[in-house]
Amino acid sequence: MPLWVYDLSMARAATTTDAFNAVAEPRRRQILDLLAAGERPVGELVELLGLAQPQVSKHLRVLREVDLVHVREDGRQRMYRLNAEPLKPIHDWLAKYEQSWNKRFDLMDGVLEELREAEEQDGNDN
Amino acid sequence: MATTTSGTAMVTLPADNQILITREFNAPARLVWQAYTTPELIKRWWSGQRGTVTSAEVDLRVGGKWRYVMVADAGFEVAFRGEYREITPTARLVNTEIFEGIPDPDEHPSLVTTTFTEKDNRTYLEMLCDYRDRTDRDAVINSGMEGGMQEAMDALEKVAVTLA
Repeated sequence: MPLWVYDLSMARAATTTDAFNAVAEPRRRQILDLLAAGERPVGELVELLGLAQPQVSKHLRVLREVDLVHVREDGRQRMYRLNAEPLKPIHDWLAKYEQSWNKRFDLMDGVLEELREAEEQDGNDN
Repeated sequence: MATTTSGTAMVTLPADNQILITREFNAPARLVWQAYTTPELIKRWWSGQRGTVTSAEVDLRVGGKWRYVMVADAGFEVAFRGEYREITPTARLVNTEIFEGIPDPDEHPSLVTTTFTEKDNRTYLEMLCDYRDRTDRDAVINSGMEGGMQEAMDALEKVAVTLA
C-alpha cells in the first residue's frame, strides 16, 4: 500500500511549492485516497468528491505540479493516477522508528510465550 | 500450546505532536500487562536487540516513578524515565515519559497512554504518545536512527505521516 503524508498543522496557507504543502489541503488528500485504489478519470473524481469540475481540476493541477499524480489521455478522458514517490523520504524516516518497535515487540512475543507456558504448567499441576 | 504469530507494529502520526503505535499480541491482556510492567520482563524486550537493558525501575502506583536504562551495542547509554498518572491493571496505563538524552529533559515530557484490549485471548495494544510539540515528537522518532536524514527532517517540520 502507498503511504500518505498529511500536513495536519494547517498553520499556514497551502502553497504548491512541494509535495508536503500540496497535501495540506483536505480535498487534495481525499483525491490521493481515491487514487490509491487505482487510476480514475477526472469525471469519476468529480462525482465521488461532490465538487464542481473546475475545483477538482484545480486541485489536480496542484498535485501534478508536485508530481504526486500522473495524467494520461484515454480517448476523450483524462486519466489520473497516484505517484507516491515524492513521499518516500518521509516513509523511510518513519519506517526506521517502526522497525525499532517491531524488534521490541518481537522479543515481547517470546516473553509472552513463556508466561503462557508457565500458566499452563501451573494449571496442570493444580 | 498456542503458536506465536509475530505481529507487525503500526506507527502512525495522528496529529503533529503525536505518535500512535499499535500491535496485536497472541496472549491475554493480563500477560501482556505483566510483560509490560514487570522489571525482569521489561529487561528482556525493551532494548529491542539494540543493546542491553541494564536497569528497569518500576514503582507501579499513581505518582510512582519509572526509569529504564539501556546500553546500546554501539556503546552509548539511553535512559527514559517518568511518572505513573493512571493505572487500571491489565487495561490502561497513563504515564509521563522523559528522554534523558537531550538538554533540559524535564522541559520536554510526553504523556503516554497505553491501552490493552483483549479479544479471543489476543490483546490489541495501543500506545498514544503526546508530545509538547512537533519538534519534540520528531526528535524522539529521530533518536532511533543513525542520522543523515536531515532532508527528511526538514520536510517533516510541516508533515505528519500515516501508513496505510
